[in-house]
Amino acid sequence: MSENHKIIEIEVLRYNPESDDEPHLEVYKVPFSDDMSVLQGAQYIKDNFDGSLTFRWSCRMAICGSCGMMINGIPKLSCETFLRDYYPSRIRIEAMANFPIEKDLVVDLSGFIEKLESIQPYIIAKEPRTLEQGEYLQTPEEFNRYIQFTSCINCTLCYAACPQFGLNPDFIGPAAIALLHRYNMDSRDGAAAQRMELVASEEGVFNCSAVGYCSEVCPKHVDPANAVNINKTNAAKDYFLRFLSPKGGSK
Amino acid sequence: MMKAGLKRSNAPIFWGLFGAGGMLSALFGPVLVFITGIAVPLGLLLPKGAMSYPKMQAFAQNFIGKSFIFAVIALFLWFAAHRIFHSLHEIGIHAGLGAKLICYGSAFASTVIAAYVLLVLGF
Amino acid sequence: MSKRRPYVRSMDGWWRKNPFYVEYMIHECTALFVAAYAFVLLVGLVRLGQGEAAWNGWLDALRSPVSVAFHVVFLAVIAYHTYTWFVIMPITLPPIIIGGKTVGPGVITGGGLLAAVVVSLVMLALVWRIV
Ligand code: SF4
Ligand code: FES
Repeated sequence: MSENHKIIEIEVLRYNPESDDEPHLEVYKVPFSDDMSVLQGAQYIKDNFDGSLTFRWSCRMAICGSCGMMINGIPKLSCETFLRDYYPSRIRIEAMANFPIEKDLVVDLSGFIEKLESIQPYIIAKEPRTLEQGEYLQTPEEFNRYIQFTSCINCTLCYAACPQFGLNPDFIGPAAIALLHRYNMDSRDGAAAQRMELVASEEGVFNCSAVGYCSEVCPKHVDPANAVNINKTNAAKDYFLRFLSPKGGSK
Repeated sequence: MMKAGLKRSNAPIFWGLFGAGGMLSALFGPVLVFITGIAVPLGLLLPKGAMSYPKMQAFAQNFIGKSFIFAVIALFLWFAAHRIFHSLHEIGIHAGLGAKLICYGSAFASTVIAAYVLLVLGF
Repeated sequence: MSKRRPYVRSMDGWWRKNPFYVEYMIHECTALFVAAYAFVLLVGLVRLGQGEAAWNGWLDALRSPVSVAFHVVFLAVIAYHTYTWFVIMPITLPPIIIGGKTVGPGVITGGGLLAAVVVSLVMLALVWRIV
């Protein structure tokens, strides 16, 4: 480390399932340069102070979605958050809120993965076409209706921002509903009625009380809160109109 | 695959009332408070006797006036009941059935009382 | 044997931990004041149904300084409800597309607030003429 490095204190919420009853905070003094991210700060700690510090990362460029943490209590991607913006104050990093902590900064995402699967995140063709009939065509307008909801990188920061998910872990939650909406809005897809069963269920959109913080923290401007709330209206329509339509939604 | 055993939520009923009441109170709440609670009692700005008995009686007997009074009282309360019930849950008071009864029950009772009085007031 | 022992953190006091949540809780609490005001109106309606003397009694009660003070508070809090209701509105609506462009959140919030102002002026005008 060269002389002109400043030192920042990083407070880390540590939890080792093999030895700790509950998480505790530990402080590390980390020399840093202006181009160092919070993720690099954690890597410095792992390399120099405690090799057992556990956290997830991959791309280091805000695209893989694996490095989410609470940074001073706010859900952020640690690879695009810079230590210089917190210096000279102490910075606190914790595992993403509302998820069970597996170890240190790593959370248990298995529930989220199940939810992603449950929304049928693939196109279920409205009118299946044979090879001879050629590709499914889509106009730019049709494309624009869902493109925003394809930008999700599954970082789950929105879940860390959602108190309703914290209060009810069964809530399908922002990102999964945003992805569900993405397929519902795709002109090639015809499975909105199938997905309605989940949307309108007790695990569905009505867990949301429009806190709106999920959209605030989303690093990709997916606006999951919008997807959730549009689907409240859809589910309410389905609730009241299901008796009129032969197909209806769920029972 | 879809999960098995999903139960349809009955929230749309309460959510619908909540939304309608929230919108009505956002649009009309401040001006109504100003008229009934400040301007008329203090004799500010508005004509004298703006809420005199004959005028209010006529208003409550008029179909539009009747509907307006009913919508304001009932929807304001359904909106508030829904929000308060959720906030109780959010701050960790899971009083369950009790809280539900107090919140939605008082909105329901008030709706019935308002409807009854408005009917008795005649057309 | 698995060494996994996922730790679930408590949600106690979550709403105090972030200014965004504090604001959320404050705007949720405006509902208490909306309810209180609706009860005042309900009492008024019941008094109206009981006849002229009862109604005038209710009007007298509204004139008491305590009542006026309460209504000033109602006004401030319910106006805040109006503001926050329309601030949230953009996330609750499907995209509104005018002339090929999606209407921005600021325009939706502004439109809602403008509607509230127009409604207020119309109500005041109605009181002047017909009520
Ligand atoms: S919606 Fe945004 S915050 Fe949520 S997982 Fe996707 S990218 Fe992350
Ligand atoms: S490391 Fe990939 S998003 Fe941060």
